[in-house]
Amino acid sequence: MTDSNSGDKEKSWPLRTLKSALLRIIPQILAITAAFLVGAIILIVTGYSPIDVYAAMLQGAFGDEYGIGQTLTQATPIIFTALAFLFAFKCGLFNIGAEGQFLMGGFAAAIVGISFSELPAPIHILLAILAGALAGGLWGLLPGYLKVKFGAHEVITTMMFTYIATYLTSYMVNYPFKAPGWVAQTVPIADSAQLPRILPPTQLSASILVAVALAGATYYILQKTTLGYEVRASGLNQSAAENGGINVKKTIILAFILSGVLAGVGGAGEILGVHYRFIQGFSPGYGFDGLAVALVGGLNPLGTILAAILFGALRSGSMLMTRVTHVPSDIVVIIQALVIIFVAAPRLIRYLVGRRSKT
Amino acid sequence: MNILDIINVGLFAAAIRMATPVALAALGGVFSERVGVVNVGLEGMMLMGAFSGVYVSYITSNPWLGVFGAIIVGGLLGLIHAFLSVTLRGNQIVSGTGLNILALGFTAYGSEVIWGSRGASANVTSIDIIKLPILGDIPIIGDIIGSASPLVYLMIIIIILTQILLFKTPIGLRLRAVGEHPAAADTAGVNVLRMKYMGIIVSGMLAGLGGVFLSLGNLGLFSYGMTGGRGFIALAAMIFGGWTPLGAFGASLLFGFTDALQMRLQSLGILPPQIILMLPYIITVIVLAGVVRKTKPPSDYKPYEKD
Repeated sequence: MTDSNSGDKEKSWPLRTLKSALLRIIPQILAITAAFLVGAIILIVTGYSPIDVYAAMLQGAFGDEYGIGQTLTQATPIIFTALAFLFAFKCGLFNIGAEGQFLMGGFAAAIVGISFSELPAPIHILLAILAGALAGGLWGLLPGYLKVKFGAHEVITTMMFTYIATYLTSYMVNYPFKAPGWVAQTVPIADSAQLPRILPPTQLSASILVAVALAGATYYILQKTTLGYEVRASGLNQSAAENGGINVKKTIILAFILSGVLAGVGGAGEILGVHYRFIQGFSPGYGFDGLAVALVGGLNPLGTILAAILFGALRSGSMLMTRVTHVPSDIVVIIQALVIIFVAAPRLIRYLVGRRSKT
Repeated sequence: MNILDIINVGLFAAAIRMATPVALAALGGVFSERVGVVNVGLEGMMLMGAFSGVYVSYITSNPWLGVFGAIIVGGLLGLIHAFLSVTLRGNQIVSGTGLNILALGFTAYGSEVIWGSRGASANVTSIDIIKLPILGDIPIIGDIIGSASPLVYLMIIIIILTQILLFKTPIGLRLRAVGEHPAAADTAGVNVLRMKYMGIIVSGMLAGLGGVFLSLGNLGLFSYGMTGGRGFIALAAMIFGGWTPLGAFGASLLFGFTDALQMRLQSLGILPPQIILMLPYIITVIVLAGVVRKTKPPSDYKPYEKD
């Protein structure tokens, strides 16, 4: 929430910054609260106690060190995909296909991780992450190119490329790169390609450090560089940006590539840090979580990290929740969707509150 | 293997069958976009339609009540989308995406609560195929369209009626005016808000009907994420069809044909299934890239505010 124009001369600027940050956070908190309330209604209607369910979720997500570690583990891929959505969104683009870019990045990283086993660890890891970035970037470039060149709307194409990525990687691990055995997966990556675990026995890996660094980089690029300025200007008003001498088409392509890179590195981090191999269906939909997280995070890289921890908690907490209360884990997806819907229309909360105070 | 094992009357019959849900959803897209609102939520509305249809049929053993339920639920989702994007002027794409994810989560949750499995529902009574008199006895044509689900014939009737409604009647003119020139429509005395709501609710109802065809049209069960991106393919069909019912139907036939071909090839087992399953999505991208430049959307999709 650090405002870039902090060089204000007024003496009360820390207070004003705090106030504006609060004003930005409050609608998000209300949206999250509303989503949990509607989720509670669904739980009650279907015969579950929302208090038991939410308590178990909270306990699972933050109850002990292991829970916290798993929450951060789940938050990590979502930070990447949220940054991917955010970056494109700032350019006025809807990259709802981060899932596909995430999968492609993960697969490319797995292939590099399996090969070149004679490399020293840091170089091998870097190379694998780079491969993930390239594959993700390519998967972002395709819809970007189709939009600029042919006007094909990215909401449709990014979705189509997600399906294509799902089947393509599935083909790869079922045929050319299938490990012996029943499971559709590759053989394990070399030890030299494994990202270090930072909180054993949880699966939390150094990937989260990459995620946080990229959140910082995203903030920096968007706010402090010419490219970031061009991205934001194109997002606000394309024709004005063009009149101002910005090559909007080029900017759109670049935004799509970088968006894909962010998701692709996330996929790489997941393979190199958590699974150590590409397993079919290893992503429970991290790409789609990213959209919700970016919106809940107020389309701000720092807010994205906080929101990702919340959504990571939903995922990690859902395991204990399901075990204790036997509620279907999809309640978590419902709550996420409700958060999106409540965030989609900021006026909704005001509308509901306004209604109540009138009557 | 003979090429006629793949391309025969059965393939064309399957193409029309597979085109039906896409055509209905694409028509839903037409109604929404004609009143100036993008409906990215078609996918979720279809999925909810597919689910509620099975649920109602499961409770009542009457698949037609299921169809009715699917239309109602689709309309309700349309109402939510209209409220969010028209009244509250929220972001239409975010709202639609939220509805898609909600539908995916809700149907999986409901399936597990009701049938104990998030993967698939119990088998329920589906809608029987009917054979048309006279037409059904003509060779070749009869084999292709002579006997099918009543929903297929319903789809064809709806396409023709909505084409007339949109382009030959005063109410159609008003609907289109609301998307093209909301201010002018308002001045001419059209209730812009009501028209927008109507268009989007009808959009949801049609998507719900398209979805229930997937679940009750032949199998009689609901399975997780069974729409498989058809809502998005429908959006592509809508664009390809130039935002008209007949055009959307024609484009859906192309996608239906791809889908039917894909299933044929799969059953022959000459290529890995994953490769064949990619086909409809690749075709959609190609079609979209090939035609969009030549078409112009019927609205700028900006929320309308009275001065």
